[in-house]
Amino acid sequence: MCATCGCGTAEDQGNPRHHHEDASGHDHDHLPGHEHAHLHGHPHPHQGDQGHAHPHGPSPEHRAGDDRTLAIEQDILAKNDALAAENRSLFASLRLAVFNLTSSPGSGKTTLLEALGVRLAGRVRLSVIEGDQETTRDAERVRAVGIPAVQINTRSGCHLDAGMVGRAVRELDPAGGSLLMIENVGNLVCPALFDLGERSKVVLMSVTEGEDKPLKYPHMFRAARVLLLSKIDLLPHLDFDVTRCLEHARRVNPTLRTFLLSAKSGVGVSELCDWLVDETRGAAA
Amino acid sequence: MHELAVVESIVAAVGEKIRPRRAARVRLQVGALSGVLPEALRFCFDLCARGTTLDGAALEIDEIPGRARCRSCGAELAIASFLDLCRCGSADLDVHTGQELRIKEVEVN
Repeated sequence: MCATCGCGTAEDQGNPRHHHEDASGHDHDHLPGHEHAHLHGHPHPHQGDQGHAHPHGPSPEHRAGDDRTLAIEQDILAKNDALAAENRSLFASLRLAVFNLTSSPGSGKTTLLEALGVRLAGRVRLSVIEGDQETTRDAERVRAVGIPAVQINTRSGCHLDAGMVGRAVRELDPAGGSLLMIENVGNLVCPALFDLGERSKVVLMSVTEGEDKPLKYPHMFRAARVLLLSKIDLLPHLDFDVTRCLEHARRVNPTLRTFLLSAKSGVGVSELCDWLVDETRGAAA
Repeated sequence: MHELAVVESIVAAVGEKIRPRRAARVRLQVGALSGVLPEALRFCFDLCARGTTLDGAALEIDEIPGRARCRSCGAELAIASFLDLCRCGSADLDVHTGQELRIKEVEVN
């Protein structure tokens, strides 16, 4: 049950991010024109109170009987989440299908994007936002196969945030009704926490990484809607057990959709392309 | 080390809320399944608060244990990680508590 408003629904419905935007349900005593009562006796910075609908939305609330303790009740990532919501509206107005592609460093995100650039040509328009700590190498690689791309360098940052992506999208100016892939910084930990406004997170892992990766990094595999298991052309040379890996992934996320593919040999890529085309048409409709 | 970005968000959000006052104490709620380590938050906090209106403030963290409801058998259970299974063997859990990442309150000077 929420301790602030007493509602029993938010957390029960699996919404850990339930929060209060305003002062509703909270007792106040303004001078004339209000019918609720402050439980503390300090002056309140309201002017011209009459008839207004509570002007102090985002400002701190006061805990009863304690002038110095302010109830904040705000999600720590509220600012990122607000920017992600702005991105989501922008993506909707442009009818974009946007995916946040995450993996460990070296799993083959950029190689997959290069392959998609070639395979999707003539089916949907693809553009890419590249995230790396340094260099523009990845943006150059995907541009070389004809994909419009903007590079973000996070410097010391270990993940992309919604503000960076919002700025990059405006610079990229993708065509309406197109597909936008955001290649996050290679990292299976931090990007799980930051909403970019994407339609879904897509996690990529390669068969050279060990089949227990979903168990080791459960937050990311839970946050994703799709798992791409890549480099499967190498399976004959490895002890990797695909079935076991998928069992591990489903233990962490029972609804995870999976694609097995190799960007290098091309096997499985057309199934992924078909799915991306469907998703893009869905967003454009 | 996303805890650094998380602490930067806390310092910015609290500073904005209490302006122009200074914080003496900041209380957070951090779920055991939030993906954020309380210890790492404490490690970053003093550094990020330096030179701001939160400089010198005490950081209190209420750690919230994970709880879930099994979608297969309906049981309610405590979970310590996303790898935990229901006693019935199901992994299909509706995690309803333990992912909190909230600023609860601030004591100002």
